[in-house]
Amino acid sequence: MSDLIDDPREGENAPEFSVTELSGAIKKVIEGNFGHVRIRAELGRVSFPRSGHVYLDLKDDKSVISGVIWKGVVSKLPMRPEEGMEVVATGRITTFGGQSKYQIVIEDMKPAGVGALMAMLEKRKAQMAGEGLFDPSRKKAIPYLPEVIGVVTSPSGAVIRDILHRLRDRFPRKVLIWPVAVQGDKCAPEVVRGIEGFNNFTPGGALPRPDLIIVARGGGSLEDLWGFNEEAVVRAAAASDIPLISAVGHETDTTLIDFASDKRAPTPTAAAELAVPVRLELLSWVDDQGARLTRALTYGISQRGQRLRDLSRAMPRADTLLEGPAQRLDRAAEKLPNALRRSVDTRRLKLTEAAASLRPNNLRRAVDAKREALGRRSDRLSIRPIQRDIEQKKKNLDALNRRFVTAANAQTGIWKDRLESLERLRKTLGYEATLDRGYAVIWDGDQVVKTAKAAKKAGALEIQFADGRHATDGTGSPARKAPKPKPPMPDQGNLF
Amino acid sequence: MSETPVAEMSFEQAMAELEQVVGQLERGDVALEDSIKLYERGAALKARCEAKLKEAEEKVAAITLDGNGAPSGLKPVEGL
Repeated sequence: MSDLIDDPREGENAPEFSVTELSGAIKKVIEGNFGHVRIRAELGRVSFPRSGHVYLDLKDDKSVISGVIWKGVVSKLPMRPEEGMEVVATGRITTFGGQSKYQIVIEDMKPAGVGALMAMLEKRKAQMAGEGLFDPSRKKAIPYLPEVIGVVTSPSGAVIRDILHRLRDRFPRKVLIWPVAVQGDKCAPEVVRGIEGFNNFTPGGALPRPDLIIVARGGGSLEDLWGFNEEAVVRAAAASDIPLISAVGHETDTTLIDFASDKRAPTPTAAAELAVPVRLELLSWVDDQGARLTRALTYGISQRGQRLRDLSRAMPRADTLLEGPAQRLDRAAEKLPNALRRSVDTRRLKLTEAAASLRPNNLRRAVDAKREALGRRSDRLSIRPIQRDIEQKKKNLDALNRRFVTAANAQTGIWKDRLESLERLRKTLGYEATLDRGYAVIWDGDQVVKTAKAAKKAGALEIQFADGRHATDGTGSPARKAPKPKPPMPDQGNLF
Repeated sequence: MSETPVAEMSFEQAMAELEQVVGQLERGDVALEDSIKLYERGAALKARCEAKLKEAEEKVAAITLDGNGAPSGLKPVEGL
């Protein structure tokens, strides 16, 4: 049969088939090409015959494909197919030769979109979220390096192997496996018992209490994973005192336990990765830290040493400090005598300059000039004119004197003659001359007594005669003294 | 520095403090004597970390359950 199909040649007249043969050929093509399909459809008519198989129509707005679900599959479906349900079905196409029909034999079917199951799931989730079971504040931190890890999973199968392998790769730890059924009716209660059981271990007891729980299951249909959507499981996970990582199904599968767990791992392998760090990395990290520690200390010390050296370099030495001033001192000391000398020189120069004009000659010249002037003047200051003058004046005086003597003598001669004549006249005219002729003068003391009355009154009378006085009083009192002669006239002629 | 003696520290504590010590020492703003103390502390922490890392030991056991599903003992698991 197959060669008829394998080598069809165009234009050649097709050999005759029997109906069964053709039907069989078609079956082979169809089943060969559509051995495994995934189809999204809405369920049309669904019938549940007594046989336990389910017959249904998968349809969209244009086409319809008949489908059958064998009894054995039906029990594993997560939901009971109902008309109008949006589903994703997996299966193979087969033909039914007896009726010239083809149909899909559905091996798996899940609600698509907001299917019934999902709707239920959503409802449950919303309810528990409302209770706060999924609150981020409830999440506990996963220990960095747990000593003992409790794994709630099937003791056989890929999941535990994957976890153990990855743990071994990263950081071998003590692992306690709590064997559970991961699907079916027993799944949920066993998982709950596992989580609670681990929590009930007392630290340091016979059975070591894990620091971390991993609840794991491999991928599967929604129905396979359904146990992990059960409320009891979700509540147990939320209530666990031990931090819990959930790793149920594949990355795309999300079960309610994932919301309640402290950490959700997309796969069991990923759960192992979340559970422990990589030991070799840590070892190298520790080595690295150790190296950094040593380097930092060494660096710190060498840095300080360097700084010290820098500072001590920067710090000038004592002699360096003194060098400058010492040099200045030297230079100054060196300059000092010169400076003194120069200063003296300068002053000397000034002195010289000042003294230059102060020559004795100058003074002398000045003195000479003055002396000359003095000389000139003193020359003029001769005594001769004065002597001459004196002589002249003496001559004049002599002449004058002679003239005066002559004149005076003449004058005195004249006056002498006159005087002599006058004397003679006087003597002639005087009373005394009369005395000689016998006249007398009566004196009362100094008074001349001229009358007899006066004589009577007088006490004693003196009578002057020519030869002298004779005092007489009534009683014969002595004569009085002659009156004093008149003083002679000065003789001018005797002046010289 | 935490109050926990280094010998009782968890790996994570020792690690965090080691990191801190290294950082402190690397910043170089620690007095020389303190930096030597820090170094010693760091060395102790490092030793603690290494000890914890050496404890890497795989031991896998399955819980045996009695008829009621309660844990009754441990059964070593091998070959997984």
